[in-house]
Amino acid sequence: MSGALASIDVERAFGETVEGEAVVSEEGFSPRYDLDRWSGVITKPGHKLEGTQIKDKICFFPTAKGGIAAGWAFYDIKCKGIAPKALVFGVTNPVMVQGAVFANMTITEGWSRSPREVIKTGDWVRVDPARRVIELLRRGQP
Amino acid sequence: MQLTSEEQAMLRGERGAAVKDAIEYLIKVGEFWGAERLVPVTNVHMMGDIEIMGDGGLKWLECTAEKKARCAVNITTNARSFDFPLVERLRQDKGEAAKEKKLIGLLQQMNVSTTDTCINYQTLYQPHLGERVAWGDTGTVIYANSVFGARSNFESGPAAFAAALTRRVPEYGFQLDRHRKGTFVVKLEADLDDLADWGAVGKLVGEPNQSYFQVPVFTGVKRSPSSDELKHLGAALASYGSMGMFHMVGVTPEAPSVEAALGGNTPHSEITIGNAELERLYRGYDLGDGKCDLIVFSGPQLSLWELKDLAERFGERRIRQGTQVFVTSSNGVLSAARKLGYAQKLEAAGATLMEGVCFYILQNLSQMRQRNGWTNMISNSAKIVNIIGAHRFNTILRRTQDCVDIAVEGRLR
Repeated sequence: MSGALASIDVERAFGETVEGEAVVSEEGFSPRYDLDRWSGVITKPGHKLEGTQIKDKICFFPTAKGGIAAGWAFYDIKCKGIAPKALVFGVTNPVMVQGAVFANMTITEGWSRSPREVIKTGDWVRVDPARRVIELLRRGQP
Repeated sequence: MQLTSEEQAMLRGERGAAVKDAIEYLIKVGEFWGAERLVPVTNVHMMGDIEIMGDGGLKWLECTAEKKARCAVNITTNARSFDFPLVERLRQDKGEAAKEKKLIGLLQQMNVSTTDTCINYQTLYQPHLGERVAWGDTGTVIYANSVFGARSNFESGPAAFAAALTRRVPEYGFQLDRHRKGTFVVKLEADLDDLADWGAVGKLVGEPNQSYFQVPVFTGVKRSPSSDELKHLGAALASYGSMGMFHMVGVTPEAPSVEAALGGNTPHSEITIGNAELERLYRGYDLGDGKCDLIVFSGPQLSLWELKDLAERFGERRIRQGTQVFVTSSNGVLSAARKLGYAQKLEAAGATLMEGVCFYILQNLSQMRQRNGWTNMISNSAKIVNIIGAHRFNTILRRTQDCVDIAVEGRLR
């Protein structure tokens, strides 16, 4: 697709094509360990994204942490209207996938290059599971 | 994905709407992972509590019950967020407690045995080598794969429930031989005299190797570890490392030797863990404001032997006024502990015994923390020290005897 400033190929993907503001994390993620599931804010003290709102964002995480809880938690936060639009993992685990599929939330795993090389928090990106690609559409405000 | 004629019938809706939904869901998950087929399971363990399911999850369960869903294999439930007789004392939300009861009723209606325990592998069902099961939470899965040599992926609530409706899981991850081989080696030189030490090893190994598909191979263990020690190790590996399997040479069934455990893999690294590494880990905890009025024995629930040991450690000593000690276990274990007098001893010391719950999933925990002015949480469980983070506790791992001494003397060390 034309117009992309940069793109990253992903290995595995599920869900609909979505566009949104990127949140790029250096640290892994668990909705039970790290997230306040009533506000959509990452609240774990010391998490590299502590204080970050993930509602409607496209979240890039290098790894998945923990836990079985994501299976229900993604559906719950979607029902509460505070879910991210997509989860983009370097390495994920089955629970994240089971949870995302259950909540019909876009999820991908594996990347051809590290998102941190090309995408910054605040940039506008598109995740296209059918084409297994993530595209940087425009830069965020500096 | 290749489907049998029975699976195709499920997909066409011939086994009911709930089974159709379940198999469609399992196929989507399987396709993500490149699974080629579904495989049968004999036992399911699911997480399903109102704290994590929320109103949306409860509504989904109601809709599924209306479709006349009925689980087709033995299925048990994990720890939940209420011990109902304690709702008032802990000032938990009565509306949410009512929802939890409703949720339990719906699960029972669909043929789920609501055992509410995260130590099913110690108390309810012990699968054999190669047996395929669909379990969650993560501590149950890593124990199944590693200690029993059974086969399970991390199966979250919806996935486990779908497995119970269809008697199947997609074949990927730890269902396949190729993912069960060791990927790196951990040489154990530490004495590992306390359950907290085993959890600490899980943290030291899991944190820097965070990946579901990393499988550590432990060597050098000085003696035959107990089920509780392996429980704390596994729970911490799963919690810090998101790992679903480990080998321990000479201990676990797929590790008669290092070579067998690695199965042809070249280990990417070799770590050594000695006493010095453990001491450094304990010293590394920030003691915050120094308060020590909350000590928790939970995550995973305690076995009968842990309760007995704890009762002996408290003996005639009494927990300091203003300090709260919570101990969680299952109905079965607590019934036995009461029959044997261990429960009464712990209660006489001033501990609160909680049934069918785990501390970190208690409903209203953040509010409870604020109301009680709790800042630090001290535990001998490396898992709970990690997992409770979103509730904004400052957590400190200490050995079991230190936890008991802190509870009695009120001095954090």
